[in-house]
Amino acid sequence: MQVTRFPSRASGLSDRMSGFIAHLRMNGMRVGPAETGDALAALAAVEATDVRQAQQALCVLLAADADDWRRFDDLFEAYWFNTGKQRSGTAQTSHVRVQSAKPMIWQQESPNTQESEFGTDQAAAPDTGDGEAVGKDGKLIATRTANLSRRDLRELMDEDALRQAEQAAASIARAIRDRRSRRRKQALRGTALDMRRIQRASLARGGEPMDLYRRVRPPRPMRIVVLCDVSGSMTVYSRVFLAFLKGLIGSGTEADAYLFHTRLMRVTDALRDHDTLRAAGRLSLIAEGFGGGTDISGSLERFLNGYGARALNGRTIVLILSDGYCSASPEALGNVLARVRRKARRIVWLNPLKGWKHYQPIAAAMEAAEPYLDAHLPANTLEALAALEPEFRKL
Amino acid sequence: MTVNDVQSGLAAQGYVADDRLAMALHLAQALGRPLLLEGPAGVGKTEVAKAMAAWRGARLIRLQCYEGLDASHAIYEWNYQRQLLAIRASEVQGGTSEAQLFTDDYLLKRPLLEAISEDKTPVLLIDEIDRADEEFEAYLLEILSDFQITIPELGTIKARSRPIVILTANGTRDLSDALRRRCLYSFLEYPSRETELAILKARMPEVEGLLARQIVGVVQALRQEELEKTPGIAEMLDWAAALSGLGVNDLSKSRDEVQATLVCLLKTAPDYGVAPPEVIDRLIGKVA
Repeated sequence: MQVTRFPSRASGLSDRMSGFIAHLRMNGMRVGPAETGDALAALAAVEATDVRQAQQALCVLLAADADDWRRFDDLFEAYWFNTGKQRSGTAQTSHVRVQSAKPMIWQQESPNTQESEFGTDQAAAPDTGDGEAVGKDGKLIATRTANLSRRDLRELMDEDALRQAEQAAASIARAIRDRRSRRRKQALRGTALDMRRIQRASLARGGEPMDLYRRVRPPRPMRIVVLCDVSGSMTVYSRVFLAFLKGLIGSGTEADAYLFHTRLMRVTDALRDHDTLRAAGRLSLIAEGFGGGTDISGSLERFLNGYGARALNGRTIVLILSDGYCSASPEALGNVLARVRRKARRIVWLNPLKGWKHYQPIAAAMEAAEPYLDAHLPANTLEALAALEPEFRKL
Repeated sequence: MTVNDVQSGLAAQGYVADDRLAMALHLAQALGRPLLLEGPAGVGKTEVAKAMAAWRGARLIRLQCYEGLDASHAIYEWNYQRQLLAIRASEVQGGTSEAQLFTDDYLLKRPLLEAISEDKTPVLLIDEIDRADEEFEAYLLEILSDFQITIPELGTIKARSRPIVILTANGTRDLSDALRRRCLYSFLEYPSRETELAILKARMPEVEGLLARQIVGVVQALRQEELEKTPGIAEMLDWAAALSGLGVNDLSKSRDEVQATLVCLLKTAPDYGVAPPEVIDRLIGKVA
């Protein structure tokens, strides 16, 4: 959470309220000047001198979804009582920034400073010194651009490669997007006339077909849900994979992206940044901040229990990007994949280790996972990523 | 009116509202804004509207959304049959002009139009808005912000009284930002043990203390298990009704009845696998 110091020069209630709205906006809530007025009107309707009532009224008014609803209390206290939630002790202090000291507009320029929209993620993260980790430089390795296409992904960190990864993702998304239903469904605008309904409706008008009803073959696009491993063992691939994720998200397909290591978080919205390099950079910085071990089955479990109901349906392809090294037991992974299997159409595992010549699914976890996978494909070079398209066409 | 009035008013109707929900309802009335309720199934989103209507003595107008819901089902439609009859009749007798065909007499009011043409403030419940199409959601925006409906043949109809609008959503799809911005928001969670006990007491005073505590305890514990369909408040009340109907006084002493009435709580086959008889026994043992 970004912490705003209470502006001492603010005079009246409206001044402070607009500061509060700005504070919320800085923490990623979608509120604007119109809400400032609404907020003041709302306070007039309750006992504004009672903190609890004021807090509840503002929460009801300003929160737009369940996420806002849950973190509103922290944000409220942070602003009006000048305290960030000191949940992680020391980590928070580096985030304090006087509101006017550095305008948000500058932060766009320097990807190394933490961005407001990730503020909550950092605050919610376990206190593994995330404050420092975020500030570190990404592991940008400058490489010669020639002759790279066969190299392992770990050597490909430049902008060109990222763009290629993104393109590969876009073409995969295209391959699975265009699935038209065979059935026709009634629609407002459509190519075919729905004779049956027209006749039926014409009865009400003395047999004259006044209203024309139409039918159309509805597109039934496949949805993609990507779960990307960003644990320590995957760090070297994370930038390219994130570019790949971004390509999927930006391709116009219904796609949903999650990162996991020992925790799981949804990054679909964060990935909708127009600048590829910056989005990938930011996310991998966050990912590095976490690092450490992997709990694939636990993360999948949390995904199923939390987002699963909304994200999965019979037209969903679940894409897992992971090397399969898992700290939990292989059986747990098998079980949870079986559950995912029941809810989703296909599960595809992209494994950077699979491309290695003598790869055996050494990791016991992969052995347990194999029976539930529709495909287990290599993803260690850009060529491999690009070659995935025909595989996806088959699914 | 204050927040406490809302809370006590709803309590008189047997609805236990927590502070935030009461605040949301209060503001919805004070500011004349629609209220969007979200939360898992069975936490009483729809019941709020019913209790609200009963408390205010207002009419409850309900619009159940579904995929393919269009304006003619939600707003208004011309009564063509009647118009045709009038035309035929006028051919014989003469007299009906075209202007007379497009009047209130021939207008079939659907829920939304009905809600804004009431004289006394009604409660408009738009249930499961996320099931309707995005086009309909966009259309709803005009009505919710201006409370007026335009009918080409008649002109614009302005609301005579501002309805109290309550929308519910279940997360079938994401709602648009525009709709969210216009609405107040409240997220309903499963109630705490004390709240749920209060709900059970309010709804079914005949269930005695021990049984009520056991029922609530078991349901609360079941929510911690990994069920596909987590039992909501409605399920809990069904179960309580079933048990008290069978004359059960103590769950730990009437194992068979408990097993037989589990149909009220567990709604899918895998859930029976997750909560077999032994687990239920253990849960009862824990809360007893």
